[in-house]
Amino acid sequence: MSTISGIAAAPRANEVLLNRQDWQERWALLGLASPAVLTILIVMVIPVGWLFYLSFLSDDGSFSLEHYERMLESKAYARIFWTTFKVSFLTTGLCILIGYPLAYFLSQLGPRAATLCMLTVLLPFWTSLLVRTYAWLVLLQRQGLVNRWGMELGLWEEPLALVHNLNGTLIGMVHIMLPFLVLPLYGSMKAISTDYLKASSNLGAGPVQTFWNIFFPLSLPGLFAGALIVFVLCLGFFVTPAVLGGGKVIMVSNQITRNIELFFNWGAASALGVVLLLITLGILFAASRLLNLNRVLGGGH
Amino acid sequence: MNWLKRPASETQITHGQRLWLYIISTVIMVLLVAPTVIVIPMSFSASQYLEFPPREWSLRWYEHYVNSPAWMDATWTSLKAGFLTMCLATPVGVAAAYGLHVSRHPLGQFFYVLLITPIMVPVILIAIAAFYVFVQIKLVNSLLGLVIAHTILALPLVLIVVSAALKSYDMNQEMAARSLGASRLTAFLGITLPQIRFSVLTAALLSFLTSFDEVIIAMFVSGGENSTLTRNMFNALRDQIDPTIASISTIMIVISSTLLILSQLFGKSRD
Repeated sequence: MSTISGIAAAPRANEVLLNRQDWQERWALLGLASPAVLTILIVMVIPVGWLFYLSFLSDDGSFSLEHYERMLESKAYARIFWTTFKVSFLTTGLCILIGYPLAYFLSQLGPRAATLCMLTVLLPFWTSLLVRTYAWLVLLQRQGLVNRWGMELGLWEEPLALVHNLNGTLIGMVHIMLPFLVLPLYGSMKAISTDYLKASSNLGAGPVQTFWNIFFPLSLPGLFAGALIVFVLCLGFFVTPAVLGGGKVIMVSNQITRNIELFFNWGAASALGVVLLLITLGILFAASRLLNLNRVLGGGH
Repeated sequence: MNWLKRPASETQITHGQRLWLYIISTVIMVLLVAPTVIVIPMSFSASQYLEFPPREWSLRWYEHYVNSPAWMDATWTSLKAGFLTMCLATPVGVAAAYGLHVSRHPLGQFFYVLLITPIMVPVILIAIAAFYVFVQIKLVNSLLGLVIAHTILALPLVLIVVSAALKSYDMNQEMAARSLGASRLTAFLGITLPQIRFSVLTAALLSFLTSFDEVIIAMFVSGGENSTLTRNMFNALRDQIDPTIASISTIMIVISSTLLILSQLFGKSRD
């Protein structure tokens, strides 16, 4: 009797055992990610959570919303948020205007020419942010190359104020952000099958009509992804406004630094940081409803 | 001018009709590269005020850089921090990418998102959070603290680059090796790793550059003996336009373009 039931039960038992082994292995493999996960948790998630807690403490250590209240009431804070959004919007807009034709041009080239022209996008991308900001500072100053050549060519009479203001910040930021727009946009343009374009022109559409009705809509997800990356990066930008803005363009990140370095006010700095983080995550979350963020960030399963 | 009338694409648009696109794109490409390129000749100027073209050539700003103990120390700190960040972020990131890829565990997706959050969180927040914690555990102004904080920024890049490579890699090859008796580790080291090595190399280069270029975290977490090159450059830039920075910039441009060209060459030889 027992042998018969044993034979009948064996496959089941085997399956259970295999299943268990499979799950053990999956947990073990997942464990390979644990050093990375622990690092992020200990060095980023928990400390940022701590800042979140600090932002709700007043100077005497009791719970209060004073930092958030001040942010809502103060004109200075309103101006800082206004500047942050204005700079981010203008930078993203200019990047789209400049980046779209460039990405389109690159996507239309043969492989060898594309690689060569792509270097002009990748070279600044790999060059230190600080070096590029410095380069613009030198070029745009009153006695800089741009002003000297502009006056020699008779384009303007007096040296223009191109640096230590919004102009300089925008020029520098567009230059730094452009590759972040062009690279994903180029990728999505390359993925557009030429069959659609051929079909369109076969059916009698002119080149312009084919571009606007077929190519442009198909390139929109890439454009959206690139613009999203640029906008989010702009919101938290620090170096270029600090150097090319010359203290006149104060974005949220700059104010956070000032709160800590000048006033040693951790609560106010944390509250600003929390708001900046929530805005950033909110935008990313909203965007994830509209498009597949995995494609933007290149991972997942 | 026959070329202008030839069709440029399958939609029969001619090069002539698209001439404006070529002109605009050329201008943009020149503007993208020009600022960095112009710094190079300027750095060889003898003048206190950076000129282009320089009236008199000299190496004085390079001498100034090499003979300054502060700049040299900062350079060493940056190189050490970059190298150590690379050594830490690459294996940890590759292990995570591999683990998440092969485990097909329901938690995998969640971990992936968690691991790439550092590129979404504003760096200033990571910087002040790290500073706040490092003050309590006495890691401020130490190389170790700097490396740990930079690893946070480098990990997502390693994960993204290596995950993308694993996705296009055929895992059956590893299965074949294991069915022939290789252990999981042997199969990974002998079969998988050599095939994704260019991505791992790129990831390693990116983590080095991330640390080397980073300013904001270095501003808070590094200092004293362990002040980084970018931190000193940033402080100098806020005060005045110091021509020494032109020579440092030139050296950095040469290094980054060499790395870029190497990565392009390796990338090509792979196909």
